[in-house]
Amino acid sequence: MSTTPSVAEDPARYAQFEARIAADQSIEPKDWMPERYRSQLVRMMSQHAHSEVVGMLPEGNWITRAPSLRRKMILLAKVQDEAGHGLYIYCGTETLGVDRQELVQQLLDGKAKYSSIFNYPTLTWADIGAIGWLVDGAAIVNQTMLAKASYGPYARAMVRICKEENFHKRQGYEIMTTLARGTAAQKAMAQDALNRWWWPSLMMFGPHDSASSNSDELMKWGIKRKSNDELRQRFINLTIAQVKAIDLTVPDPDLRYDDATGNWIAGPIDWDEFWRVVKGNGPCNSERIGARRSAHAEGRWVRDAAVAFAEKQRSNNRETAERQQ
Amino acid sequence: MSAPLFDALLRLGDDRLVLGHRTSEWCGHAPILEEDIALANIALDHIGQANLLLQYAGAVEGGGRDQDALAYFRDAIEYRNALICELPRGDFAVTIARHFFHGLYSVLQWEALSNSQDATIAGIAAKALKESRYHVRHAGEWVIRLGDGTDESHARAQAAVHLLWPYTGELFLQPVDESALVAAGLTADVSTLEGAWRATVDDVLHRATLTAPDGVWMQRGGRAGRHTEHLGHLLAEMQIVARSHPGAQW
Repeated sequence: MSTTPSVAEDPARYAQFEARIAADQSIEPKDWMPERYRSQLVRMMSQHAHSEVVGMLPEGNWITRAPSLRRKMILLAKVQDEAGHGLYIYCGTETLGVDRQELVQQLLDGKAKYSSIFNYPTLTWADIGAIGWLVDGAAIVNQTMLAKASYGPYARAMVRICKEENFHKRQGYEIMTTLARGTAAQKAMAQDALNRWWWPSLMMFGPHDSASSNSDELMKWGIKRKSNDELRQRFINLTIAQVKAIDLTVPDPDLRYDDATGNWIAGPIDWDEFWRVVKGNGPCNSERIGARRSAHAEGRWVRDAAVAFAEKQRSNNRETAERQQ
Repeated sequence: MSAPLFDALLRLGDDRLVLGHRTSEWCGHAPILEEDIALANIALDHIGQANLLLQYAGAVEGGGRDQDALAYFRDAIEYRNALICELPRGDFAVTIARHFFHGLYSVLQWEALSNSQDATIAGIAAKALKESRYHVRHAGEWVIRLGDGTDESHARAQAAVHLLWPYTGELFLQPVDESALVAAGLTADVSTLEGAWRATVDDVLHRATLTAPDGVWMQRGGRAGRHTEHLGHLLAEMQIVARSHPGAQW
């Protein structure tokens, strides 16, 4: 990426901006920022918000079938949190001058991305455990880094969201632990879920650093503090110990421990699959977007009613005020 | 009195469990994100209430059944919820009208039960009362917005009122076997709640430019285990995992 256009916007302010980044000072909504910085943040934050919203669908799929009332309550609370995160981050993007409706429309039009992990189906109850443990676990690794992002509102949102994600991860791992120590059928269910969610979870960190088009710029501007591969490695190291603790195995025959670095080294990731799902051909891409579109279309009359009612109230208030004058 | 008390607790618990289930079906499909949050929250409140009520029902029964045994291993004919709770989710207007009708009934019921001589019931009622007041405020505001919104929202809200109205009468039928519990101050006579319920309903429907139908036949049966065809499907979904692995811990 060339930095020339950003510098050309306003060389003096650009230098100031870069100095603030270099000094680890946060950038706030009222501050001058290069257009490209703003647009990268809008892209990242809206993708994040969309992911929270689309992410409600695969888990929502199991609320009505959760096998105990306690699990049902925890899952409902989790999905409610995710809707809250979505709302919170959409509000964050509004500090960058973008309207939430515009972003939602981009999602519905298939122009905006969301985390590809949600294009995989939830097939058994164990998938709810695997998602909480692995998907929220991966999200925490990513978001802990983003909590130090240079844009203040995003960083602060991440601090708050990470607290709740930690609870999500714990409940997911608790589900997997219970299943792994349960009946033979439950253990098989847990292992099958781990087999299906392991690789997509590793893909959540995005392409290898060498193939990541946005990374350099995001790191230069302090939006990201660590590379995709560094974060992925951290996640693998954290997770393998947890896998072993509950006596399951990851579906990677090449996994090995590297004494020199202390890292668990994973075998090759199937990047063809990654790009296939990103480009819309995952098992559930069309279903997920279809569900969002139909919720939006079926809810139109409700939103219209709210607008019409608010307008009537305003006009009634105006008339009352005029009569009183 | 343990058998009548057990039955009374099932009536209370099953209403919330089944309505909470229906509400949870909205998850991820609400008209706006704020409503996804609100409906998930309302569903969670209902499931939470059911959890406490069925837990206590199991303890009162004294047969070793806990809340999950009661929720997951009873068939439809053993469920004691009012029919209004099990009707399909419907559109947003049906959901809102049902929450308004049942929520208002719940507020009146919890107000009465918060004075119960049974400390456990009084405690659950006091907690649930706060939640149900929020549900009624949320639903009531939407009833007015939808009724007095656009032509389409008015028509849908009116259709929802007509659809649900025949199922409201059952809420106020006082079971004969509960009379000793009421006399002892343990539970409340629901037939005494109808006047206050109707007054508030009429007020809100009027502000919403909606009307309640006159002289319709009131359906009943849920309290005796005679349900609509919908409950069996709802329970089949709710119970499938638990029943596929009997004895398993989750």
